[in-house]
Amino acid sequence: MIELKGLWKSFEKKDVLKDINAIFENGKTNLIIGQSGSGKTVLMKCIVGLLTPEKGELLYDDRNFLTMGKKEKKIIRREMGMIFQSAALFDSMTVLENVMFPLNMFSNDTLRNRTRQAMFCLDRVNLTEAQYKYPGEISGGMQKRVAIARAIALKPQYLFCDEPNSGLDPKTSLVIDELIHDITTEYNMTTLINTHDMNSVIGIGEKIIYIYEGYKEWEGSKEDIFTSSNQKLNDFIFASDLFRKVKEVEVRNIEG
Amino acid sequence: MLMGRTFGRPERLRMSFKQFINEMEKLGVNSIGIVLLISFFIGAVITIQIKLNIESPFMPRWTVGYVTREIMLLEFSSAIMCLILAGKVGSNIASEIGTMRVTQQIDALEIMGINSANYLILPKIAAMVTAIPVLVTFSIFAGIVGAFCSCWFLGIMSAVDLEYGLQYMFVEWFIWSGIIKSFFFAFIIASVSAFFGYTVEGGSIEVGKASTDSVVTSSVLILFADLVLTKLLMG
Repeated sequence: MIELKGLWKSFEKKDVLKDINAIFENGKTNLIIGQSGSGKTVLMKCIVGLLTPEKGELLYDDRNFLTMGKKEKKIIRREMGMIFQSAALFDSMTVLENVMFPLNMFSNDTLRNRTRQAMFCLDRVNLTEAQYKYPGEISGGMQKRVAIARAIALKPQYLFCDEPNSGLDPKTSLVIDELIHDITTEYNMTTLINTHDMNSVIGIGEKIIYIYEGYKEWEGSKEDIFTSSNQKLNDFIFASDLFRKVKEVEVRNIEG
Repeated sequence: MLMGRTFGRPERLRMSFKQFINEMEKLGVNSIGIVLLISFFIGAVITIQIKLNIESPFMPRWTVGYVTREIMLLEFSSAIMCLILAGKVGSNIASEIGTMRVTQQIDALEIMGINSANYLILPKIAAMVTAIPVLVTFSIFAGIVGAFCSCWFLGIMSAVDLEYGLQYMFVEWFIWSGIIKSFFFAFIIASVSAFFGYTVEGGSIEVGKASTDSVVTSSVLILFADLVLTKLLMG
């Protein structure tokens, strides 16, 4: 479980995150949504420790990440996996080497066992056939799947995904969403997804927080979204005709 | 601060050593060709220029070999060669690390709990400091071979006179001073270029700018260091 208590972050005296409070539970896909520039990427970077908030508490299963020492932070970092918007695979390594990288760094297992674990992760994302290819030789969707395999190689407790569907077609996005959701349940991880893809919100949003101009404007589940009266949330989620129609159908189903 | 993080204890020695070997190949072994080529031709051209410009009945015939040797040993093979390598290797280091920064590969390392500066920069500095003195030695030999070739194939002067000049009043310390200087130059090239790459913010334009800035800065620092080191070692 990850808990945020009164998190504040500012850049050059401009507050970007203002008093964010939230709880992200184990075994659930938690989504952070919001418009571009609302502060959701800054929030994600604060949570993973790439940025340091000015105020507040950040608790990883009751361990305060902001006040702990370097050694304790290192331990928590090894419990984290992250999927970046750009996949962030190491260009100079093959797909298999990318997945093996965290194992080679932190596992004391034999090479055979490390390779077996990496192959298991690649198999989990259906990419065993691409093991000897370089990131530049595979598609964007495959790169994201390799990033997922790398992120789960050390069986993390916390999985962070920064816009995992950006630049992907709807069908591939669906595959990535389902994969993240299945892995979250399977490993009982605390998963945080930073997205503005409404398909993801409606598909896998078990817990959603909506960030608006640095504030946490709303929180709830994908079911709550259809019945919410929050105007700012509705303006954001149901900006397109398609999603307005989806809402009408869903509301009718709920009432009926 | 970056240097403090760079010289920390590696996370996994095995992985850092593997990186060191890769960097040795990429930065050192892959530069042998260009070093040999440039040094060979410069050695030949210096011989021709000296012969044509200082030829006089009052000058001994060995002067050409003597001056060629001094230029190659004292300045060209160490300082000038390192200036050339600052362009080739320095831009490579800055653009590689810069691209890793803008494509979030460095963030990925940090999130895994890896000291990215240590993992990426230390092997490059170690590889450069190991490889460049070897390249300097290769450069000296290639320059001398070039000088001989200008005698054998262009008939510019007698190879025997050149050989006599090359051996005349030879001071072994000059070779060592060139090698000692190259250690410092190697450190400058690797650390300055890595700093510019590591601190990039933005996109491809900034990576390009960091690459150019790294070459300019390391070249200027090499020149300053050359002045100071020459005074200290030879003065």
